[in-house]
Amino acid sequence: MTHADHTASLPLPARAGERAQPRARRRRAVVGARQFVILSWIAPVLLVLVWEVLARTGFVTPQVLPAPSKVLRTAFKLATTGSLLEDLGTSLLRAAAGFALGGTIAFALGILVGFSRLAEALVDRSVQMVRAIPFLALLPLVIVWFGVGEGQKIFLVALGVAFPIYINTTLGIRQVDPKLMELGRVQGLSTRQMIIRIILPGALPSILTGVRYSLATAWLALVVAETIGAQAGIGFLAMDAREFLRTDVVVLTIVIYALIGVAADSVARLLERRLLAWHPNFGGAGR
Amino acid sequence: MSAPLLAQVAPAVRVAGLTRAYGDRVVIDRLDLTIARGEFVALLGESGCGKTTLLRALAGLDPIDGGRIEAPREPAVVFQEHRLLPWDSLWRNVSLGLPAMGARERAAAALAEVGLGGRLDDWPRNLSGGQAQRVALARALVQQPELLLLDEPFAALDALTRIRMHVLVKDLVARHRPGVLLVTHDVEEAIALADRILVMRGGAIAAEHRPTEPGRPAATRATLLAELGVEHDLPSA
Repeated sequence: MTHADHTASLPLPARAGERAQPRARRRRAVVGARQFVILSWIAPVLLVLVWEVLARTGFVTPQVLPAPSKVLRTAFKLATTGSLLEDLGTSLLRAAAGFALGGTIAFALGILVGFSRLAEALVDRSVQMVRAIPFLALLPLVIVWFGVGEGQKIFLVALGVAFPIYINTTLGIRQVDPKLMELGRVQGLSTRQMIIRIILPGALPSILTGVRYSLATAWLALVVAETIGAQAGIGFLAMDAREFLRTDVVVLTIVIYALIGVAADSVARLLERRLLAWHPNFGGAGR
Repeated sequence: MSAPLLAQVAPAVRVAGLTRAYGDRVVIDRLDLTIARGEFVALLGESGCGKTTLLRALAGLDPIDGGRIEAPREPAVVFQEHRLLPWDSLWRNVSLGLPAMGARERAAAALAEVGLGGRLDDWPRNLSGGQAQRVALARALVQQPELLLLDEPFAALDALTRIRMHVLVKDLVARHRPGVLLVTHDVEEAIALADRILVMRGGAIAAEHRPTEPGRPAATRATLLAELGVEHDLPSA
C-alpha cells in the first residue's frame, strides 16, 4: 500500500493525512498525482481545439466534420425545440427492455447450467454453438421474423446481452472455491442455504463482470438495430440527419451513444463497488 | 485414569473397523478408535499415513469402505486454512449454519471467547492469520459440538501465534468439553495439548501415549520422535 496509488485513486482526502506524514514527501506525491491527471487531459483537449480550428478555417468542410461548437449548439437546439429527449428516451427504453429480457433468461439458464450437470448436457452445447455466430449477423433473419418494429430492436439487444451474462454466470458458479463448499457441508448447510450463503456470493464477481460486458453489447446491438427502419430513437435521428447531410446531428448522436456507454459502465462499476465491498480487487480502500 | 471409563459412559465418537481404500491402496485398515467427551486426542504420523483421511471420514466429507463411525452429533471441523467467507462479516461467518433466531448473539459470545468480541461487523480480510484461525475456532465451537476435529489448524501460523493458540484452544476445550481429535505432525504441539497421543502408521494406530502422566513428557517426546522415524543425530549430553 504505497501512498502513490492511494493518492492516485483518492486525490481529495490526501490533505487530511498531510500533517501526519513527512511533509516534503507527501506534497510531492500529491502534486505529482495532480500533474498526471492534468497531463492526461492535455491530448484530448488539444485534439478538440485542433478540430475546432480546422473546421472554422474551412480546412474541413462542415459536411465532413462540423466544428465541436456547432455540435454543441445543435445539441442545445434539438434538446429545447426538437425531439432529442424523446428520442433518447425511446432508445433507453429499448435498451432497458432488451437488457431485462435477455439478462433474465440468460441468468436463469446460467444458474440452471451452473448447478446441474443434466441441464449443462441439455443446454450448454446448443448455447455455445449459437454463441459462435456474431449475433449481429442474425440481423437479416431477425428482420424477417419481427419486421423492423420494436420487437426486432429489443430482440437484438436481448440476444447481445444474453451470452455474456450466461457465460459468466455458469463460470462464476463453477469457480466457487470447493473448500468453501466443503465448509458449508461441515457446518450443516441445506442446499438452499448453500446456494444463498456460498455459491451465489462466490459467483457474484463473475456475474457482475458479465453484466458489465453485456451493457456494452446491449449498446452495440441498439446502434445497429436502430439504424434500420426506426421511426424514433437516437439511431433514427442519425439516419434522418444523414439524408439531409446534417453531419452536426450525426456527430451529436455518436457523442450521445458514447456518453450513455460511459454512464452505463459507471453504473456497473458502482454496482461492483457496492456489492463487492468485501473483494480486495473491487472494494474501496475503506472497505 | 478416568479416560477409558469416560469413553464407555459418553463417547464423542466411536470408530470400529474403519476401512478406506483408494482403488487397491488401503489408506485406513480396520481402525478402531474411541474418543470420550472432554478428551483431547492428538494424531501424529508421517505424511500419507492416513491421518487426514481419517479426519475427513469422521467429518463425513469422504465415504468409507468398511466399518462403523458412531457419533451422537455432527462434528465441527477447523481446517488448516481458516475458510472464512470473504463476503460475510465475522459474526455472519461464525453463525454460518445456526438458526437465524439469536444467531448474532451466539456469534458475539463465541467471538468474545476467542478474544475478538469487538469485531462482529469486521471483515475477514482485515484479520491476521492467527485472528482468522480464532474466528474459525469460534465458528466450530458455536455449534456446541460433541466432537471437534482439528486438521493441522496451527500449521500455517508463526511460532509465537501458535503458542498463543495452544493456550486458547486448551482453555476453550476445558470449558466446552468436546471430544477433540487434533491431526498434526508437530510433536511439541501434541505433547502440549493432548491427553492421549496416537501414532498412526500404515493406516492403523501403531502406538499410544499419555503425556499427561507425571514425568512423562520428556520420555514421550523421545519415543514419539523415534516412532516417527526421526533419528537422533545430535550427540546426547
